[in-house]
Amino acid sequence: MDARICVPCRAFCNRECRDRLSGFEPLSCTPVALPTQEVGGKPNYNFGPIKFATIASVFWGIAGFLVGLIIALQLAYPELNLGLPWTSFGRLRPLHTSAVIFAFGGNVLLATSFYVVQRTCQARLAGDLAPWFVVLGYNFFIVIAGTGYLLGITQGKEYAEPEWYTDLWLTIVWVTYFIVFLATVIKRKEPHIYVANWFYLAFILTIAVLHLGNNTTIPVSIFSSKSYIVWSGLQDAMIQWWYGHNAVGFFLTAGFLAIMYYFIPKRAERPVYSYRLSIIHFWALIFMYIWAGPHHLHYTALPDWAQTLGMTFSIMLWMPSWGGMINGLMTLSGAWDKLRTDPVLRMLVVSVAFYGMSTFEGPLMSVKAVNSLSHYTDWTIGHVHSGALGWVGYVSFGAIYCLVPWLWNKPKLYSLKLVNWHFWVSTLGIVCYISAMWVAGIMQGLMWRAYTALGFLEYSFLETVEAMHPFYIIRAFGGGLFLAGALIMAWNLYKTIVTPAAEIEAGVTPALVPAE
Amino acid sequence: MSVTSHDPKNVDATTGTATTGHEWDGIRELNTPLPKWWLYIFYATIVWALGYWVVYPAIPLASSFTKGMINYSSRGEATADVEQLKLARAPMVNALAKASFEDIQKDPKLLTFARAQGKAAFGDNCAPCHGAGGGGSKAFPNLVDDDWLWGNGSLADIQATITHGIRSSDPDTRQGNMPAFGDGVLKPTEISAVADYVRSLSSLPVEQGADLNAGQKVFADNCVACHGENAKGNPELGAPNLTDQIWLYASDKATIVEGITKGRGGMMPNWGSRLDAGTIKALAVYVRTLGGGR
Repeated sequence: MDARICVPCRAFCNRECRDRLSGFEPLSCTPVALPTQEVGGKPNYNFGPIKFATIASVFWGIAGFLVGLIIALQLAYPELNLGLPWTSFGRLRPLHTSAVIFAFGGNVLLATSFYVVQRTCQARLAGDLAPWFVVLGYNFFIVIAGTGYLLGITQGKEYAEPEWYTDLWLTIVWVTYFIVFLATVIKRKEPHIYVANWFYLAFILTIAVLHLGNNTTIPVSIFSSKSYIVWSGLQDAMIQWWYGHNAVGFFLTAGFLAIMYYFIPKRAERPVYSYRLSIIHFWALIFMYIWAGPHHLHYTALPDWAQTLGMTFSIMLWMPSWGGMINGLMTLSGAWDKLRTDPVLRMLVVSVAFYGMSTFEGPLMSVKAVNSLSHYTDWTIGHVHSGALGWVGYVSFGAIYCLVPWLWNKPKLYSLKLVNWHFWVSTLGIVCYISAMWVAGIMQGLMWRAYTALGFLEYSFLETVEAMHPFYIIRAFGGGLFLAGALIMAWNLYKTIVTPAAEIEAGVTPALVPAE
Repeated sequence: MSVTSHDPKNVDATTGTATTGHEWDGIRELNTPLPKWWLYIFYATIVWALGYWVVYPAIPLASSFTKGMINYSSRGEATADVEQLKLARAPMVNALAKASFEDIQKDPKLLTFARAQGKAAFGDNCAPCHGAGGGGSKAFPNLVDDDWLWGNGSLADIQATITHGIRSSDPDTRQGNMPAFGDGVLKPTEISAVADYVRSLSSLPVEQGADLNAGQKVFADNCVACHGENAKGNPELGAPNLTDQIWLYASDKATIVEGITKGRGGMMPNWGSRLDAGTIKALAVYVRTLGGGR
């Protein structure tokens, strides 16, 4: 009997199970009936959890982009709040941010990290049930967090909204993730650890520390969903933004740089530009990022010395961030021509360009003089989305477009033309989104600070809100295009998975008959 | 790395650069040196940061922190900005505080200043209810027309309304309620009849078969005390004129029936507890210029 048939048996190999399958003893139910580490001298890679996380990432991505579009429309047309608590902006906004960052981004990180660590270590994932526990447990965390938001259960801390019981569950899942990843690195067949794995490890370890630090809460009672943080006032604010900024730094930057370091050289079939740069910018990035959080609290009750450190470390972070951009872009040297023919590589490269732009804009906005204009305006929203849509979104799409044919044993994607459509539709969407928010944000900041010659504020707050309206419509339009692009991707991936390999190889893609 | 770099299989043919000699799943790494411009800009940002730490508050100490060379603080910067603005406005603010409404209307410079200050204060305090342009909305009076619920639209009356509010907690607040006639005073048929009668006063069409005479009787027995014999209202009580085309809530019969049944009594805060007397004076001037004073 094949070990695969007796999955519950492998999970809980006990007497009852042995009795039931007594006819097949001892072959079926020995505890050692685990998949072999190698098949024919090659690692027996574990792709099951990766497939699940890949599909989950596309599902959550589309859900998250859709909720983003809804709240963008709510800002332009407030009546779309529908007057119901469950559909109000205040509850849907954290649903959007958590869905895109933790559900979409998180599943992309799980899928790619489990893939990359196996391939670059030439070793099967450590554990057999553990990787499944990580992937399923993480998605369960997303479900309880998201449904909680809709019911109004929240800590009220940005990007750390889930309440204590959800946080505890995530801690168990995350520690398991760390152990699986580290154990796989330890049993590697390669003499050295590939740079992508440094970034993944830094991401997993630091997120664990941030999560514990910013969720140190005491529940009101074991039967209550409500808890209170042990930090008070300003300390709480500082720890919140130490967490919040490094969620960007380690979740959305270090983790996705790991993706970049594997998928760009792989897709371009070129060596990484500079090993030395990778090592210097890795350590510089890790060291600098952790200090930069106070720039979220400029001109607040935060002491000036802390504001100074937040700002200066953000400036020093500029070149370490750009080290990743240089390594990503220069890896293309000798393969630039591929951008013309391979829209997947184009997506990956454009993501690095957006990364470079956002990591220049970030230090710029951390300068106090600039921040006095940009803070609390929609410029911040524009900045976040050039990083989120352009960098995180595109590097994820590029990686998923690579992963799906590899995981499902297909020679290539169902249609590169559809990838091209995805690329151009969503690029137009990103450009509409971020330029609308730049104009709106800077206009908003200038209107807030405008004084008349007689020394009175020129505009009331209401007038600034009215002035934002057209830009909110353009923003929603851009977000709609980005969502449309993701739907094109989902269709393309679905067809890639269900179309037989031979048909894909032969190029039988009926949708692409020229309309002459 | 340098040991293997002489080996021709460890040199990338396209760029001629040596690799590190390792390979992971087909990926190799070039041993390219750090780009010079990258390194120098990185050093420059570090030098700049060190300099910034000397000039500005930066290093935490046991119970304080280094204050820097120029004694900067963000609180100090904000306070200085506010002081500078106050100083620049002081001559006109002082003149306005001393001036009577007659003085303001005679002095174009003072009038311009009062209107500017009033406009800014209106945007921050009044616009949420009365609208950015003072156009009002349902339950919040339009300030652009020359119809006044309270007082006669004189500057002094507007000033009194803003200072003490309407049905507010201020002891001198403007007081006067539309009672809830549905609470056992009038029967639904009587309310319906008087609502039709009220609509007929401003030449609005009434329902077919409406008994206007019955309505008129109900009106005479219950409404004239506040709204007057001729239904032209009473600005001392905030009782609206029912013969014009201006409606605080709405002119449809259902809304009128609702008002008579449940009563009305919108509230305006007493701004005297939040704004200084000069600002309220400026607001009165600004509001009067929006619509017609009498």
